[in-house]
Amino acid sequence: MTLADVFLIVGIVVVLMAIGLYLSMTAGRLDRLHRRIDASRASLDLQLARRQAIALELSASGLLDPATAAVVADAAHAARRASEISDSGQTHSPIAAPDSAVGSPPSIVNRWMVESDLTGVLVEVFGDRYEVAQVMELPEGEELLAALAGVCRRVELTRRFLNDGVRACRQVRRHRSVRWLNLAGRTPWPETVEMNDTPPTGLTLGA
Amino acid sequence: MSESVARQSQQRQLSVGLVCPYAWDSPGGVQAHIRDLAQNLLLHGHRVSVLTPVQDPELLPDYAVDGGRPRSVAYNGSVARLTLGVRATGRVRKWIREGEFDVVHVHEPMAPSLSLLTCWVARGPIVATWHSSIVRSRALNAGYYVAQTAMEKVVARIAVSEYARRTLVDHLGGDAVLIPNGVQVSAFADVEPLRRWPGPRVMFLGRAGEPRKGLAVLLAAWPAVCAAIESIGLVIVGHADATEVLDQVPVELHETIEFLGPLSDYDKARALRSVDVYVAPNTGGESFGIVLLEAMAAGTPVVASDLAAFRRVLDEGRAGATFANGDSADLARVLTTLVSDDDERARLSVAGYQRALVFDWSRVTAEILAVYDSVSHPGDSVGVDLRGQIVGRLAQRHSGDRHGQSESESS
Repeated sequence: MTLADVFLIVGIVVVLMAIGLYLSMTAGRLDRLHRRIDASRASLDLQLARRQAIALELSASGLLDPATAAVVADAAHAARRASEISDSGQTHSPIAAPDSAVGSPPSIVNRWMVESDLTGVLVEVFGDRYEVAQVMELPEGEELLAALAGVCRRVELTRRFLNDGVRACRQVRRHRSVRWLNLAGRTPWPETVEMNDTPPTGLTLGA
Repeated sequence: MSESVARQSQQRQLSVGLVCPYAWDSPGGVQAHIRDLAQNLLLHGHRVSVLTPVQDPELLPDYAVDGGRPRSVAYNGSVARLTLGVRATGRVRKWIREGEFDVVHVHEPMAPSLSLLTCWVARGPIVATWHSSIVRSRALNAGYYVAQTAMEKVVARIAVSEYARRTLVDHLGGDAVLIPNGVQVSAFADVEPLRRWPGPRVMFLGRAGEPRKGLAVLLAAWPAVCAAIESIGLVIVGHADATEVLDQVPVELHETIEFLGPLSDYDKARALRSVDVYVAPNTGGESFGIVLLEAMAAGTPVVASDLAAFRRVLDEGRAGATFANGDSADLARVLTTLVSDDDERARLSVAGYQRALVFDWSRVTAEILAVYDSVSHPGDSVGVDLRGQIVGRLAQRHSGDRHGQSESESS
């Protein structure tokens, strides 16, 4: 074996190690991004559940007039139903699927539409500072509305952070090396969540 | 649904780790921001630990942890005092491991500092705030892959100004939540004035030698102001070379200029309360203008150059007067008019104070807490991330952790 051969072999080994290192780092990076998306999804689900709970509590509190309370309760119930169905869909139970297929169950897309409807109702009901001020005067009113303001802002933020993560993840997954070597494994292509999450203008976030 | 569920989101106690990139004991906007944030979080009953470089560890408050001595490093066109290196990395790792934070919040993560190191070695809910509007992509260009990887761990990005947001979006893509800086209004509104002067006093605050602070513009306007108003004086607070400053004005005006030197935050607030007008002739480089808000919180009328950031803080002139940036003649005109108009000064004092309340820290704290809540999960804390990091693996060799997955994952 000549000296040139040794150099060649060492060179090949170094290049292979560099490639391996790059791939392992990229795989780690992807894994982290997927985890980040999962965590953001969990946060969004949590905040949406809280928003439903606060909306229901408001409608049952007697702070709102009966007509408004009915509209808020209806939208909140619909949102809760939609999230329960999408929760059970996420478990991927192959047996449960055919049974529940009677009358197509609301899809994920549908769920965001229902949540958007709840947003719309809240914007409509608490869009007016004067009316909000009236409710604030009532006992419990200030506390509940502060909670609502807080949760609406948190829904907006979590969805934004989720979509940020999805965008960063997609960027990495579009790399040639990731696609050709299937570094993402079987993790599904990340999807953004598109819904209306504008907080009601009448509410202000306060400490 | 029980009430506890409804209220829970607002009242969960958090353990927050804040990372300061610059030396705690050198004055600066980022340090002041972190100090105010820490104090307000503590006020709300959260647990706070600040990791920061510091020259003299004796000066650290209870909630701060010594992150090492800063070294002077040329970075981004000026000399910055930063902390880097293997030892600093070890310190960050120890802090994260012992802190059990629900959220780690780094500041100015693009600067090569403890902040970037934290992004690099931590795993879990990381929030980052961009303060500066002149984020250079040098860090990203040099170690693009590593920096990009570190940035990807930032779950929530906050920008303190529209400019900071735009530079961040241009460099990294994506978006950031805009949370404008806050001012602790009570810290400026409730202090005793420093002293009384016989005539009206105008104040300049900042490094006299820093061209972008615009002292030269004010000094060029000074003779005209002195000619118009009897017994007026200029008070300069901050580092200043007196002879260098005085050389810029005629000899007969030397006694109208007084140097107070660098003051503590408390005395700075008292000084602001004792003058008649605060002038901010900055020619650029200001992304927010917190000092304007401090003057306004103290009830002192403001005259500022018409930088976009200043105009926004001054509510397009409703909460303070502006002049054409860099135009000494215009500054002299605006300043003279305001000093001689008692009613207008009284009006601006009230309007400025009201405007400052909009930027009070309590609102900033509520916004930042909403971000923390949106990224943190009960029962899940920030851990040390060793995946895909050579240095991390080397440093961790002794623990026999060859695959770099020492932390058990929650999912």
